[in-house]
Amino acid sequence: MGLTRNVSLATALRYKGQGPMWAYILHRVGGLGMATFITIHILASFIGGNVGGFFNDVYQNWAFQVFIFFCVLFHAINGLRITILDLFPKLIPHLREAIWVEMAVFVPLYLLTVYVIVSTALGG
Amino acid sequence: MEKAKPKVLPLNKRGMNFEMFMWIITRLTALAMYGLILTAIVGALIMGARNQMNLADVLRWGFMPNNPHVLNTDVPDLAPWSTPFWRTVASLLLLVATAHGVHGLVAIADDYIVTPRGRRIVRVLSIIMMISMSLIGLYVIWIS
Repeated sequence: MGLTRNVSLATALRYKGQGPMWAYILHRVGGLGMATFITIHILASFIGGNVGGFFNDVYQNWAFQVFIFFCVLFHAINGLRITILDLFPKLIPHLREAIWVEMAVFVPLYLLTVYVIVSTALGG
Repeated sequence: MEKAKPKVLPLNKRGMNFEMFMWIITRLTALAMYGLILTAIVGALIMGARNQMNLADVLRWGFMPNNPHVLNTDVPDLAPWSTPFWRTVASLLLLVATAHGVHGLVAIADDYIVTPRGRRIVRVLSIIMMISMSLIGLYVIWIS
């Protein structure tokens, strides 16, 4: 029993799924990243003390914030695209255009956030 | 006269079961989180975030509106940020997000754990995790 793979990892990586496949992968990475982060974050603020303080130091590192904001913003904006397409199935033929619209929202918002985080970290 | 055929299948013939229900819940909780996050961001702007917080801080408050998230900003007084209203918004966001997230973890695990026994273990663990994280999160929100 168990999962059997018919393709090697190298073949899978060469799969040209383009936008929709990358949106799917990044959605999953973002979701897993958030679930891990939020679980640890809640437990750390519950426990407090040295352990909680250690994790708080990790979160306040600007590199970590750049990563977690990617997870949250991409998951939120891609999730809105998925929700809209699923609730209005007539739009599904325009999937690829929807991903372009999504990137037009995500990229400026994320770059602006990264700029604010990094300039705050370096300047203050 | 022949009866007109119904244009919409009844729910049980459309395959409404628990998985389908959770599929819809995942979408609806996503919309609910959008509503709660927008409420928090608008509230933050009304309470003076425009001059006292930067974009990342406002978003962080939006994703979980509890008062420790504004500790490191220029907000002078935490009192308006710690009202029962904001604790309620934060609690709703926590409960909705936990349900959405734990179901997402089960969906991911189902891609890799395919035996019925394994899937049952995943479900039991996920229910334990969902309840315990909800309770711990509520405690943190209302005690801070």
